[in-house]
Order: sequence, then C-alpha cells, then structure tokens
Amino acid sequence: MSRAEAPPAPAGRRPRALWTFGLLRSELVTTLRRWRTLALLGVLAAVPVLVGIAVKVETRGGSSSGPDGGGGPAFIAQITNNGLFLVFTALAATLPFFLPMAVGVVAGDAIAGEAGGGTLRYLLVAPAGRTRLLLTKYTTVMAFCLLATLVVAVSALAVGALLFPLGDLTTISGTRIGFADGLGRALLIALVVAASLVGVAALGLFVSTLTNSGIAAMATTVGLLITVQILDQIPQLHALRPYLFPHYWLSFADLMRDPVYWDDLVKNLGLQALYAAVFGSAAWARFTAKDISA
Amino acid sequence: MDAPSATERRGDDGPAPVIATRGLTKRYRGGQLAVDGLDLTVPAGSVFGFLGPNGSGKTTTIRMLMGLIAPTSGTARVLGRPMPRATRAVLPQVGALIEGPALYGFLSGRDNLLRYDAADPTADPRTRRARVAAALDRVGLTAAAGKKARAYSLGMKQRLGLAAALLQPRRLLVLDEPTNGLDPQGMREIRSLVRELASDGTTVFLSSHLLDEIEQVCTHAAVMTRGRLVTQGSVADLAAGARGRLVVLTPDPGDAARVLKEQGVGDVGADGDRVTGEPPERDLAEVTAALVTAGVRVRGLTVERASLEDAFVALTGEGFDVAG
Ligand SMILES: Nc1ncnc2c1ncn2[C@@H]1O[C@H](COP(=O)(O)OP(=O)(O)OP(=O)(O)O)[C@@H](O)[C@H]1O
Ligand SMILES: [Mg+2]
Repeated sequence: MSRAEAPPAPAGRRPRALWTFGLLRSELVTTLRRWRTLALLGVLAAVPVLVGIAVKVETRGGSSSGPDGGGGPAFIAQITNNGLFLVFTALAATLPFFLPMAVGVVAGDAIAGEAGGGTLRYLLVAPAGRTRLLLTKYTTVMAFCLLATLVVAVSALAVGALLFPLGDLTTISGTRIGFADGLGRALLIALVVAASLVGVAALGLFVSTLTNSGIAAMATTVGLLITVQILDQIPQLHALRPYLFPHYWLSFADLMRDPVYWDDLVKNLGLQALYAAVFGSAAWARFTAKDISA
Repeated sequence: MDAPSATERRGDDGPAPVIATRGLTKRYRGGQLAVDGLDLTVPAGSVFGFLGPNGSGKTTTIRMLMGLIAPTSGTARVLGRPMPRATRAVLPQVGALIEGPALYGFLSGRDNLLRYDAADPTADPRTRRARVAAALDRVGLTAAAGKKARAYSLGMKQRLGLAAALLQPRRLLVLDEPTNGLDPQGMREIRSLVRELASDGTTVFLSSHLLDEIEQVCTHAAVMTRGRLVTQGSVADLAAGARGRLVVLTPDPGDAARVLKEQGVGDVGADGDRVTGEPPERDLAEVTAALVTAGVRVRGLTVERASLEDAFVALTGEGFDVAG
C-alpha cells in the first residue's frame, strides 16, 4: 500500500447532470457482461434458426405444407415464399414465452440480485440515490426488452435471407406490398413486440423490490407470467382477461393488414403503459421506503 | 457507567461532531430491539473505535448512519446533516465498508471500482480511471486489478472493499470490521493507512472485535452491549477507568495470599508463583513491608495497568454467549 498523494480537500462536490448518466452506462454494460444475459440472448437468437431449418427441411422433404399451413405460429406457411416472414413467425413464436421469460429474469434480478449479493448497499452509499438507481434499472430493463426483440428479429431476418427467397409480400388482407415496405413493417412489429414486454418488465421490477433473493424474484416473475398466460386462456374469466398483460400481445399481426387495424394495437400499448405506471409506482414506493438490511 | 461528559458535551468553540445520534433506536420487524436509545458523539478528527460483542447492534447502528435503514425513533446527524434525509449531500463525503465487502464476481477488481465510482453522481468521470488506479494502489491490489473478483481471496476482497471507500477524498470513513480476513501484514497496513488518513484530517469510525487493534489506532472508543451504549470517551480514559491488578511474584504463594488478605486486598487468587488481587487503597509500600515481615520471599510486586480488553470485559460481562 503505497502512499497516494492526497487530493485537495473535498469542498462538498456537487452532482452534475451529465455525470448522473454514468450509472446508466455502467448498468447497461454490466447487464450485458453477465453470462446469464448472454445465454438468454443466445437462446432467443437460436429460435429463428431452429424454425428456419425446420421449415426448410420440411419443404425439401416434398410434403410441402398446405397453403394455410394448418397449425404452428402465425405466418409460418409463407416463409418458403418469402424469408421476411420468418421475422414475423419468430416473433410470434417467442412472444408468448421466451421473450417475456428473458425479460422476467432480467427484471426480477435487477434489484433483488444486487440486494442478495450485498452490492446494493454499496451502490446506495456511493450514493446512487434510490430513485435514480430504480430509474436506471427500469431504463435498463426496457432497453433489454428492445434488445431481446431485436436479437430475435435480426437473427430471423438473417436466417430467412439465407435459406429462403426475399421479395414482395402479401399482407393478411391479400394486398401486395413491396419488400422495402415489408421491411419497414417488420421493424414496426419488432418495436410493438418490444413495447408489449413493458408490462412484464414493470411487474418483474416490482417483484424485485420485494425480496433479497434474485432467484426468488426471477422465479416469482416467471411464475406470474405463466399463471397470467393460463388465466388469459380461460373463457369464463372474460371480464378480467382484457386487463391481463398478455391479452392483446398477438395484435401485432394487425400491422400486416392493409390498411392496418389499429384497435387492438392501441389497446395493447395502453395496457402496457398502465402496467408500467402502476407497477413502476409500486416499485418506487416500496424501494424508497425499504430497509436495506442485506 | 455513565457516559463521560468530556466528549459528550462539547464547548461552543469546539468543532461540530462528525456523528451525533440522539436516542437512536431500531426495532427490526421481527420485534428484535437491535439498538436502544443510542447517544453517540464522534468528535471531528478522531479515530473512533466502536466496540461490542457479536449481535450488540454495531452494524445496525452503522446502517442507520448510512441511511440504509430507517431508525424506529431518535435522530442521527452525520457531518452535521440529518440522516437518512441528507444522504445525497452527506454520502459523497463518506467512505464506507459495511459488514464485509460485496463485489460483482464476474467483473474484475478494477471494473468493480469503476462501477461503484459511476454510482456516485458527484464523481468526475474524467478522473475516474486515475482515481480507481490510485485506490487500488493504496490497498496493494494493483497487480491483481485485472483478475475477476470471484477469484479473489477473502483478504483481497476486503482490500477491494476498502479501495471502494477510498475512491474519493473523504471527510469520514466508516469501517465495519476492516481487518476481517486480513493477514498480519495486511492488518498492519490497514492500521498505518488509518493513521495516515487520520493525519490528513479524515475522521475514522471503526468497529472491531480486536481490542488491541483499537487500542493501537484509536483515540476514542465507545462500547455497546445488547443495543445500549455502555460507555464512550477517549481510549486513555476508558482504560484508566478499569482498575489494574496487583501482582506479586513469589515462591511462597500460600503465605503471600494470606498476608495480602490480611492487608485488605480483595479478590485474591494464586496461580503458580503469581498471586493477584485488587489493588488496595493503602500505600503499596506498606503491603510490601507486611509481606517481607511475614517472611514471604518476594520476587516482584507490580500493579499491571488495565488493558482495553479488561475494560471491555468489565463493561460487557465475561459471558461468551451471544445475547438473543
Ligand atoms: N435484518 C435483521 N432482521 C432482524 N434482526 C436483525 C437483522 N439484522 C440484525 N438483527 C439483530 O439485531 C441485533 C444486532 O445485530 P448487528 O448485526 O447490528 O450486530 P453487530 O454488533 O454488528 O454484531 P457482529 O459483531 O456479530 O457483527 C442482533 O440481535 C441481530 O440478531
Ligand atoms: Mg456486525
């Protein structure tokens, strides 16, 4: 331990507006450097590869799936004609479970994982500030929603371009649109899918403020996700179902209509905003009043 | 054991205390009364030892001082500002090590410090790398800075935790058992580090079980048991408060013990050629004369000065069991 020259006496340093974002940057980088995050993204990237290969193998075998494909995720029948449809299929396949599960893991771990590891107390005495830390975590989880969705979309686009022809495409309404227009809609759909995950993200963050165990928070969030998905399938709960966060998830397909059918899309985005506000506030109320004793 | 008023009541001319609590109380949700009506005063510029058996409430007190947990009642002021309300203004000037270090195992030592520094909105990102390097150097971790923290030994983690507390020049350092897990060399280095910081004007508040350590570095100390403050004051006063022991070295321990009792020495005990007792009120010269007159052969007679450990045990009780 050598003697470092003492810097001048601290005369009450002040926070700077720009410096305050250092934590966000650190948080984004730290999240991405976690082995767990990379594994989740890897799984998400693998889904389109598997779907693409499966479709390719199926069609090469000669037993070309019928015109409307029978079962399977939306758009799967069209993939052989246009690789761009793999983007829609992959998003439709991952949105019910893989994507929200990945988001639930990252959101659930956000605060609880730091508490469990003890690093939360050092962030708070740094001092990160409770509201600032929570906002940083919230923003990071939102960024992860977008990143995870883009990973699926980009992987699907790459696989689709590699295995299948690209070109003009037919909308659900039967009209033809150009490839560039189709690509634009794919991007729009990816953004809507990312926004659809905001509800789970807020829920997970709230759960994360309730416990000191990252594992418990992740498991609870994913458990809630599955429960809500099941509840959303029960017809007798029709009064409740429109308020369940996954209820309008598959409305993103309406972006492939011509003209676009906005009703359910708007309802979905409104519902996600509601969840974000309600559970975001609950997380804030809980976290700012919490005893940090881990 | 009333609190010494010398440090308790400061003159109007003295500098404001760095830590001052009034009736600070914490009852955990389970009903456990961990800290009970604490009136603690830490003078500016002191190296303050915070002592107490396991479970006596030291860490709980430190958590309240750092705004991590809210007191059930009472107030705490740190650097003259109320906590936890003024955390944003106070904590950038405070470095803390609370209940051991906590690190991101998947980040290197250096990246851990970069992250903790980024959490402080008053830390200049332009000087971040230089300050991190200086802190690593200060705790002797420069060579291991690139290693993943997961692969650090206990002592290395402790050093890294200390480095995090030293990222900025601080007015107050709060160190909860800083030498835990350190090798003897590391302990000595921490001691000299503490002295060095104190000579730069940093107030150091340090909890420890190692009494000789407190005795070596601290100017002031406070002792807690079962959530209550038993005493606080300067280390010299505390040790003086505990009475020393009269020790007679003699080949005739039986006779010596009898004579000492006759001379009014209390609590006499013999162990081999060592006979000890509470020092009597009367002049020791008379005791010596009485021993010699009775034909007791005396090799030596002294009053052993009480150590802080004696004071500590006298204050907190001998029992080993942790209070429930
Ligand atoms: N989170 C908690 N919930 C409930 N009780 C707690 C909690 N943390 C500590 N306690 C209790 O509060 C009392 C004081 O604990 P504290 O950790 O402050 O002791 P300490 O003096 O730091 O002990 P040590 O020397 O072992 O570190 C103990 O009886 C302990 O059981
Ligand atoms: Mg402790």
